[in-house]
Amino acid sequence: MESHDSCVEINSAADIVEARRKGRELAAQIGFDGSDLTVIAAAISEIARNIVDHARRGRVFFSSATHGNRRGICIVAKDEGPGIKDVARAMQYGYSTRKGLGVGLPGAKWLMDDFEIDTKIGVGTVVTMKKWLR
Amino acid sequence: MHVPVLKQGGYLIASVQSVLSDADLLQLRDDLADRVGQFRSRGVIIDVTVLDVIDSFATRTLRTVAHMLKLRGAETVIVGIQPDVAFAMVQLGLTLEGVGTALDLEEGLAYLNLLSKKSAGHGKS
Repeated sequence: MESHDSCVEINSAADIVEARRKGRELAAQIGFDGSDLTVIAAAISEIARNIVDHARRGRVFFSSATHGNRRGICIVAKDEGPGIKDVARAMQYGYSTRKGLGVGLPGAKWLMDDFEIDTKIGVGTVVTMKKWLR
Repeated sequence: MHVPVLKQGGYLIASVQSVLSDADLLQLRDDLADRVGQFRSRGVIIDVTVLDVIDSFATRTLRTVAHMLKLRGAETVIVGIQPDVAFAMVQLGLTLEGVGTALDLEEGLAYLNLLSKKSAGHGKS
């Protein structure tokens, strides 16, 4: 079964709901079920909110992923915001520069199997995360 | 989507009907703070059975609602958190510390009744 790539534009907090819905839909197509769907949707929620809170706008891309004979979902959140000054600190649980609980990025990392942040000051941030079917 | 708030005796029941945006959650917070005064309610049940995700923002807002309503003299109980949702919340390290929770509407009512009995007891002694 072929899963199509899709993308959700994040311009405001209202778009977080759509990103979650799209991601959940693709995850279900790929074969995730039960608590995995909820976990994936929660991770999407956190990284999409990170865009709204820090960069104001950006995009979340969804695609199916393969690695050897493993199949999974790949979610990429891209923004052209200010970038993250101290990634290690941003990944610390409970650390927040803004109004958040400081669980967004570290929380998303816990929920997913693979998690990477690529950020440049003044250029933007790309968060790539994957979850594999068990 | 707007969350309807029903008055049931001395309690208010807010039953979430669909996925909520951040704005909906904040609207619910403000609605409940108003209604508790309007109806002089002592207890509020927020039914989140239909929510498929409770993320950090939703958790923080629910906590804020409960603490605000407490300051307005009402107890809040969140009911209907689904097993998968609870699992994801634990993975995210999200807690509803200081907020009452119960399995469903029935248990939520029982929880509020118990609390009001307790506080009535304190009043007498």
